[in-house]
Amino acid sequence: MAKIFKTPEELLQYVERVQAERDPHRKVITVCAGTGCCAYGSMKLADGIEKVISEKKLADEVGLKRTGCHGFCEQGPLVVVQPQGILYRKVKTQDIEEILDITVKKGDVIERLLYRDADGKQYQKEEDVPFYKNQMRLLLANNGLVDPNNIDDYLAVGGYRALAKVLGRMQPEETLAWIQKSGLRGRGGGGFPAGVKWESCRKAPSANGLRYIICNADEGDPGAFMDRSLMEGNPHSVIEGMLIGAWAIGYPGKPQGYVYIRNEYPLAVERLSVALQQAREKGLLGKNILGSGLDFDININRGGGAFVCGESTALMASIEGFVGEPRSKHIHTVVSGLFNQPTNLNNVETWANVPLIIEKGIEWYTSIGTGDVSENPWGGSKGTKIFALVGKVNNTGLVEVPMGTTLRHIIYDIGGGIPAGKRFKAVQTGGPSGGCIPESMLDLPVDFDKLTEAGSMMGSGGMIVMDETTCMVDVARYFIQFLADESCGKCTTCREGLRQLGLIIEKITNGQAQEQDLDLLDELSSTVAEGSLCALGTTAPNPLLSTLRYFREEYEEHVRERKCRAKVCKSLIRFSVIEENCTGCMLCMKKCPTGAAQGEKKEVHKIEQEKCIKCGICDEVCNFNAILVE
Amino acid sequence: MDGAMLDAIIDKYERNPANLLAILQDIQKEENYLPKEDIKTLSKKLGVPLSRIYGLATFFSSFSLEPRGKHICTVCMGTACHVRGAPKLVEKIQRDFDVPPGSTTPDMQVTLETVNCVGACALGPLVILDGEYHGNMNSAKLDRILKPLKKE
Repeated sequence: MAKIFKTPEELLQYVERVQAERDPHRKVITVCAGTGCCAYGSMKLADGIEKVISEKKLADEVGLKRTGCHGFCEQGPLVVVQPQGILYRKVKTQDIEEILDITVKKGDVIERLLYRDADGKQYQKEEDVPFYKNQMRLLLANNGLVDPNNIDDYLAVGGYRALAKVLGRMQPEETLAWIQKSGLRGRGGGGFPAGVKWESCRKAPSANGLRYIICNADEGDPGAFMDRSLMEGNPHSVIEGMLIGAWAIGYPGKPQGYVYIRNEYPLAVERLSVALQQAREKGLLGKNILGSGLDFDININRGGGAFVCGESTALMASIEGFVGEPRSKHIHTVVSGLFNQPTNLNNVETWANVPLIIEKGIEWYTSIGTGDVSENPWGGSKGTKIFALVGKVNNTGLVEVPMGTTLRHIIYDIGGGIPAGKRFKAVQTGGPSGGCIPESMLDLPVDFDKLTEAGSMMGSGGMIVMDETTCMVDVARYFIQFLADESCGKCTTCREGLRQLGLIIEKITNGQAQEQDLDLLDELSSTVAEGSLCALGTTAPNPLLSTLRYFREEYEEHVRERKCRAKVCKSLIRFSVIEENCTGCMLCMKKCPTGAAQGEKKEVHKIEQEKCIKCGICDEVCNFNAILVE
Repeated sequence: MDGAMLDAIIDKYERNPANLLAILQDIQKEENYLPKEDIKTLSKKLGVPLSRIYGLATFFSSFSLEPRGKHICTVCMGTACHVRGAPKLVEKIQRDFDVPPGSTTPDMQVTLETVNCVGACALGPLVILDGEYHGNMNSAKLDRILKPLKKE
């Protein structure tokens, strides 16, 4: 039977005991069990290590831990041997014996499994790898150290100490003041100051004292997965943040919690459910938490695969069992939100920041980031931000940096630049509400306000790098199509406007557009933005407008010359065989789905244009670089 | 779905219409889709208009009102996957199995679905076959993982 902590002191004593029992010099093999590494087979790998440890009777000598996402997803499955912190990447089951014999027993490193950068330099320790070294990992710090299914692991790294601090020593008003002074702004996209929101919710009248505390885990922005990673890797940090919020916003009333998670994140649902159960067993959720008088528990609601449900009012409608249509916010949700009660909604990463601020203090927190928030909560961007660095970049994965870090530092120093010697073209931030930022603006410091000025936005932190093989018109088409599909249909300008925008861009990519269509795009975009109710519609034209602004010459090429320089738009390209390079190996003929690739063995092949559907498979399979795309 | 099982699901969610989304998710988990009869029964038992349940079932993309195939092949269409060639994968599966996205082959073997990002962007382009993630896909790898499905 788990012990229920009745006071903050009992919790702290327990933490001390757990910490004392742990030997910091004990050898532990940590295996990343985030979704990315799992897809590369890390669970099988962990099972294998467990088996070999027991076969070799090494259980006393070395432990095994399945941890949350380490963030360096490109190199998965990742294994880190502690306490040295030796990082092995792309580890396979056949490497297990060697790791145990050489690294664990003898303490030597296996060079073959070490990470090498593009210049061939190899790195032993996780902390020395440029990908990690150039980051400031505060929220992600414990992801690679704790087993998300074991609350003691979180306690051992100092977890729930912030909760003990507020429940033991700080009044709700004081707790609230800390969050206000910290300048914490919402990480879900808009960057609204959390303290302002919390205060409004606390002050909103509630006849029955009921206030809802919601965690928005409907991380719908394509290309963003930091919230997923936090929930999978360190779910207790989110729970602790919500608990502190419940105290600051809802006590002495009746706060009640919800986490709304996307249906596409089954592992996050599973890990969070386990974490909630363990927190209940320790008395960290439930009645009279740590003897403070605070009653609080958290429900999990799974979404149904609708992007618009990341919008706060749509999310609340969905929790109530209705379709996720946003409503106008003349009355804010902090006054009348879920079930018409005062409701405070923050996203996963915002909640995870809360325990850090309480634990380490306002001064420490405000020393990180940009601007000055002492007078004006919109005056700067404080703390760190996690970005999902993906697309055409060498080191894809999760990157946590202080606000104000430049795009160049993130993409080149941490991300290792563009693969295969290709040229950088743009970076897309802010998901479908954001925009594409060109090379000339790579030195832009990334914070809420700078990105908005550049015509993009922070969004939840997806950062999709694009190179010369990405067509910017196609990217705009992709986002408009995405949003047209995801529009809930309530506002005509969003529902019909996006459809029309999509048709016009389609005409451009098909080479059927006229010069005036570009102006029409501009005009229609402002109608969509002005006439729509929620942020989905009002920001929908951003990807289009930002590409028009920074990459207009690509649009003009499509329209005037019927040319797609990135060779993406099918109607504007053709495939042919480069005769000097073709060896007549017949591979393209075998793989061509329509029989367009023709020829005889050892003779130069040709591509019959009438039959070619431009699927690009011939180019993909050709080993002799003999396919010309023009 | 037999009546007792449906009752058990409804009871699990305290017969509360606010939990409709969860109830529908559980029904789909059991049945692989949302059968018409179950929706009708659910409407009566909860005293909720059929139109509201139909609204939910068609609004949220994770629900299907048609039976789905034995194998479910989902292609991630997130931005990262898109720029790394996901559309080509969808086109290939569509060609190879003669099935448009969102539909099932006539022999009920394969359903092709697309999803707007599963958050495994570092692995893009990504294909999920019966719940198993396959990263860094290309046409050759796709042939390999789909081969067993073609034989059946």
